[in-house]
Amino acid sequence: MSGRLMALWNWFDSRMPTVREQWNQHAAEYYAPKNFNFWYYFGALSGLVLVIQIVSGIFLTMNYKPDAALAFGSVEYIMRDVAGGWIIRYVHSTGASAFFVVVYLHMFRGLLYGSYKQPRELVWIFGVLIYLTLMGEAFFGYLLPWGQMSYWGAQVIVNLFGSVPFIGPDLSLWIRGDYVVSDATLNRFYALHVIAFPLVLLGLVVAHILALHDVGSNNPDGVEIKKHKDANGHPLDGIPFHPYYTVKDLAGAVAFLAIFCFVMFFVPEVGGYFLEDNNFIPADPLKTPPHIAPVWYFTPYYSILRAVPPILNSQFPGVLAMGVAVLILFFLPWLDRSPVKSIRYRGGYWKGALALFVVVFFVLGYLGTEPTTVWGQFADKWDILDTKDVATWVARVCSVLYFLFFFLMPWYTAADRVKPVPDRVTS
Amino acid sequence: MKALFFICALLIALPGVAAEGGYRLDKSPNDPRDLVSLQAGARTFVNYCQGCHGAQYMRFNRLTDLGLTEAQIQDYLLFSAEKVGETMKTAMPQKEAKAWFGVAPPDLSVIARSRGADWLYTYLRTFYRDPKTATGWNNAVFPNVGMPHALWTLQGERTLEATTVKDPEGHEEVQYKWSQLSPGSLTPIEYDALTRDLVNFLVYMGEPAATSRRAIGIVVLFVLGVVFIFAWLLKREYWKDVK
Repeated sequence: MSGRLMALWNWFDSRMPTVREQWNQHAAEYYAPKNFNFWYYFGALSGLVLVIQIVSGIFLTMNYKPDAALAFGSVEYIMRDVAGGWIIRYVHSTGASAFFVVVYLHMFRGLLYGSYKQPRELVWIFGVLIYLTLMGEAFFGYLLPWGQMSYWGAQVIVNLFGSVPFIGPDLSLWIRGDYVVSDATLNRFYALHVIAFPLVLLGLVVAHILALHDVGSNNPDGVEIKKHKDANGHPLDGIPFHPYYTVKDLAGAVAFLAIFCFVMFFVPEVGGYFLEDNNFIPADPLKTPPHIAPVWYFTPYYSILRAVPPILNSQFPGVLAMGVAVLILFFLPWLDRSPVKSIRYRGGYWKGALALFVVVFFVLGYLGTEPTTVWGQFADKWDILDTKDVATWVARVCSVLYFLFFFLMPWYTAADRVKPVPDRVTS
Repeated sequence: MKALFFICALLIALPGVAAEGGYRLDKSPNDPRDLVSLQAGARTFVNYCQGCHGAQYMRFNRLTDLGLTEAQIQDYLLFSAEKVGETMKTAMPQKEAKAWFGVAPPDLSVIARSRGADWLYTYLRTFYRDPKTATGWNNAVFPNVGMPHALWTLQGERTLEATTVKDPEGHEEVQYKWSQLSPGSLTPIEYDALTRDLVNFLVYMGEPAATSRRAIGIVVLFVLGVVFIFAWLLKREYWKDVK
């Protein structure tokens, strides 16, 4: 650095040393395990997508109109008449799905290597809170284009709250601000989407990272690198996050952006999964689409909701099951009783259970995008619990397996035959 | 790598598209790079569709994308507006239209994005005479549609006979038999070409930026590819000292 720049930096540093201290604490002198593999890109990539969404979102708000009469047209105005508007819009719509892709992979990494286990329970809990907030953020944002799927998707989800015993109808009325999804709903969802939830999200991300940096990162071997330190007190198996992981994540980010841009520039709808066909029809409160499906990232839970038969004429059990399916993630650190963290040293029970869980999650996800009749019907004699639809029964079996993965976890993880964990990281 | 495989599998597993009413959709032969076809489609649109259907998000002067000059647009296409900067609204009042057809003709700006090219291409070619409906017309892919056959002078009048047959294994299948009642001014081949051009235009109108989107995408991917090489070399250089 030239003398004048150095003098300026010293002037700044002597008045606000916090910047240097924080940089050192969280980057230059934050020691991360040296054996991070492919799965460890997705945390940084989640942060990148968050930035992409915030920046593209800011530009979208400059031309979007949160008004039931104008919203649909303003999106088309952005797509056609705003200079570069279609790029901004596709960045944001691709980013929404990309966010869930990287977050799901990031969470799966946690499952693979036991990153939620002691002492990182708080890191995991903040992570699940981020996931929940993200779901809310995505749900509110999806109403804004004011297409048929926006409208009816919101109608269905808000009506779910209506099934809560006693307070249900009042609750959904309170959420909508009207008797049906309307201009009032659009306005409040807009406020929540562009201000409230992003603020919460940013706060939670800070908490997630601070909690992580207090206990230190896990790694593919699931060993604690802080147990073996050199004379300077630095972990022997650790390397400073900056520059090693900043340059590594930079390369990962460029590769990710290439996939992101491929989708955005060549297949922005992804066959109706990222942008649904029906959402190019303006919202019509008088015309219910024959098939309402949420966007792909909600479909595993939507499948669970549909799989639960109504009990005493109430849909509430399904809503409850869907809620539990998400909230149970909070308890993962205490459900997993295995003495080892990483899948590398776990036994067949855990590997089998996790593999089955992945399959079940994909099957539920797929079924949630399709009508329940997608796989045809059983013969008449099979008519039990209201339905003959093959897909509904597959979804029921998968839902049970989804819950068993968690409910039986204390037993199969404790009974699993684990391998000895090495003292130091292996690769 | 496994994750990449999962993502790819997810992206490739595209949903099958089934037509309403069970009529099999024909593959639309439209080509977004064919400017002559797009211009012909625009002409058909303003002459045959725009009387009832608007394209309220599409501006006339955007049609310069199709290789037309503003003067040409003004002279040959601008029937429903005064200035080329205006959007392609319909002259038909929506309220009366609803009374006439039972439902107001939908705006067609993004119809290709909700219906898809194959659906539109099949729909526009499968109108038939049906004395049971209010308009005297019906459609194979959109049964009991409120729209009469706007292109009937070109295609002529046809009838459709649907019979359900059972194959030896007991599966039911509907067979369709078309017959021509009166000839139109175009041959069937010419009519197919006209609808192809019209669908081509509707697809273009659904996303006018699509062509430049793909062109920019190629440049962006190339740049990212080059940046990735340098980013990877930088990573490799730094990581040399990690043992």
